[in-house]
Amino acid sequence: MREVAILGVGMTRFGELWDRSFREIGIEAGFQALVDAKLSSMDLNAFYFGNMASGSLIDQEHIAPLIVDYAGLAGHHLPATRVEAGGASGAVALHQGYLAVASGLYDFVVVGGAEKLTDVPDTEANRVTSGTADHEWEIVFGATLPALWAMVARRHMHDFGTRREELASVAVHAHEMGAKNPNAHYRNRLTIDQVLGASAVAEPLGMLDCAPLSDGAAAVVLGPLDRARKFTDTPIRIAASQVATDTMALQHRRDLTTLDSTVVAAKRAFAAAHLAPKDVRVAEVHDAYTISGLVALEDLGFAAKGAAGKAFADGAYGLGGSTTVNTSGGLKAQGRPFGAVGVAQAVEIVRQLQGEAGERQVAGATVGLTHDVGGTGATSVVHLFERVN
Amino acid sequence: MTLSAGITSYGAYVPRYRITPAEIGRVWGIDGVAMGQGLNVVRKSVPAPDEDTITISTEALRTALVRGGIDPQEIGALYVGSESHPYAVKPTATVVAQAVGATPNLTAADFEFACKAGTAAIQTCLGLVGAGMIRYGVAIGSDTSQGAPGDALEYSASAGGAAFIIGREKVIALVHGTLSYTTDTPDFWRREGQRYPSHSGRFTGEPAYFRHVSECAKRMMESMGTTPASYAHVVFHQPNGKFPQRVGRQLGFTDEQMRYGLVTPYIGNTYSGAALIGLANVLDVAGPHQRILVVGYGSGAGSDAFDLETTEAITTYDRSFGPKVQQFLDEGVELPYAVYAKFRGKIHMGGS
Repeated sequence: MREVAILGVGMTRFGELWDRSFREIGIEAGFQALVDAKLSSMDLNAFYFGNMASGSLIDQEHIAPLIVDYAGLAGHHLPATRVEAGGASGAVALHQGYLAVASGLYDFVVVGGAEKLTDVPDTEANRVTSGTADHEWEIVFGATLPALWAMVARRHMHDFGTRREELASVAVHAHEMGAKNPNAHYRNRLTIDQVLGASAVAEPLGMLDCAPLSDGAAAVVLGPLDRARKFTDTPIRIAASQVATDTMALQHRRDLTTLDSTVVAAKRAFAAAHLAPKDVRVAEVHDAYTISGLVALEDLGFAAKGAAGKAFADGAYGLGGSTTVNTSGGLKAQGRPFGAVGVAQAVEIVRQLQGEAGERQVAGATVGLTHDVGGTGATSVVHLFERVN
Repeated sequence: MTLSAGITSYGAYVPRYRITPAEIGRVWGIDGVAMGQGLNVVRKSVPAPDEDTITISTEALRTALVRGGIDPQEIGALYVGSESHPYAVKPTATVVAQAVGATPNLTAADFEFACKAGTAAIQTCLGLVGAGMIRYGVAIGSDTSQGAPGDALEYSASAGGAAFIIGREKVIALVHGTLSYTTDTPDFWRREGQRYPSHSGRFTGEPAYFRHVSECAKRMMESMGTTPASYAHVVFHQPNGKFPQRVGRQLGFTDEQMRYGLVTPYIGNTYSGAALIGLANVLDVAGPHQRILVVGYGSGAGSDAFDLETTEAITTYDRSFGPKVQQFLDEGVELPYAVYAKFRGKIHMGGS
């Protein structure tokens, strides 16, 4: 297996991109990444594309060749593959791209992710996104993604005394970071009281505990580490890429407040990279709901079980903490275009490790982590990244 | 550019019943007070079971005819703009014309352009009057629109209308100019046979209302060589109390300039009547030589802007007949949701 590096990154602004089409944003992110990598599209060998539900959301399937075609590359006849894993589609696409380069089959690969969620009414988007949970065992009985995560929150509050304000602090932090990120869907700051006062979605989760529906696209260019210096002065090595799965339905889990898929993916990733949570200075974790952000910190090893709420509210994960999370604003503030999220997380970590994250830079970060989740944890993906000196 | 025509007389009518967002929210398990605050709607009007777009239009026009001392037989054109015409086929305008005694020597038609059909009717009348084809033209904007039960629209959709008589004689507000800004923007619609309208959520904001109203206002001022400071009053289409305030502030208007033109907080969104009732309220208080900017908006989508200036004639114009708009804003009989549901035909009575 070869070492794999990220040679370039790109992304669109996330938000309600009503005047831009799916193919437009997909191409913009891809070209940005190619320009960043100083790589000609002639040198590309393959394309992997994370997307959850283009068929339901924009009536277009078969989108991997679509994006390659509208990027003007149809004549290159590249292998192009769409990857679907619910909200973790982008992260699993990155895993596939990583495998392709590591195996030696392909040298230069673009991994993209895009979703257009706001071209349909909110009710339709919620119906589609709920399809990432177990339709027969959960959704037909009236559950939605926020309702399922609300159950996790209730249990966490019951078992560990996690307070409503501690949940809210996750959203407040996300918006504080989003305010510093020009690509973020939301750039307004929030107060704890605003989060607590927002209308209920599924109690205890309110409107401001939940990440928005967003449009957006992101892309990275991967290549062999031993050739990376030709393209960039600061190649970022993918130190580990791990995917793990679990039961589809929340009710079938061993423990409501632990995502075993995340625990396993993280253990495998840290073992493969010979790293530990304490080595990670900057991490992008799945804060689609404030509770999922807290559970992620515990499952990834950044907090003891049940302790993430208090630590978060005490500022342990802000800029200046031992591990700073979601400097992009996370899913909550940067936005949640499902299939693009996992790739956008990698874009943020690469910028952090290259020291190019501007106002939200974590000083001296050399190791970063991304964590993405599909549904309520049927899929979890953990990547570790390391700056190569 | 100054057109030779303007407003000769006007009248407004709003049904007397009211319901509050708190009362609507109580039924649907929603914080109606917060909803009302978010929309800046204190209460909305509700038509009685025997009121519809025809009766509202007729009431408003009767007031206008008496105030202006105009013989209905001098009306050469009558247009009613609404998205709640009682009949899909059969005009509202003919019933109104007959009711006020304007038939048979006139042209009449119904207009539909979501909430701006009334302002479109004014533009048409300005053309006919300006060209000398008719002596007086009547433009009415009137609606009894509904939101589906439980839908966000239900907190604001109300009933009311205003009638404007356009002429070249006895003009109390001269129209310096009018222009429109129109695109194909599907933010809100109701198909033939559908009972309640559909809307595309947040899409009805930025790319729809704000873009059209803002662009139309800017172009109007540019063509007139005016700035916000040139106007004593400004009236925007007002689907709720919040949108017009926001667009007004963005454009550089003060709350004082918007004060009389904003009526939706107290009567709800009267759709085709909204901007026109706002204009009627301004004319109720305006003195001579005051410049007024009116910008309507209709989903689908388009905006019509008017640059008006009151004349000396407004000082002798008899506004005493019929209710002033302020009376509609202040008064009313509050209904519980059950009675409101009965009045609006929301209770299934059996049969087909």
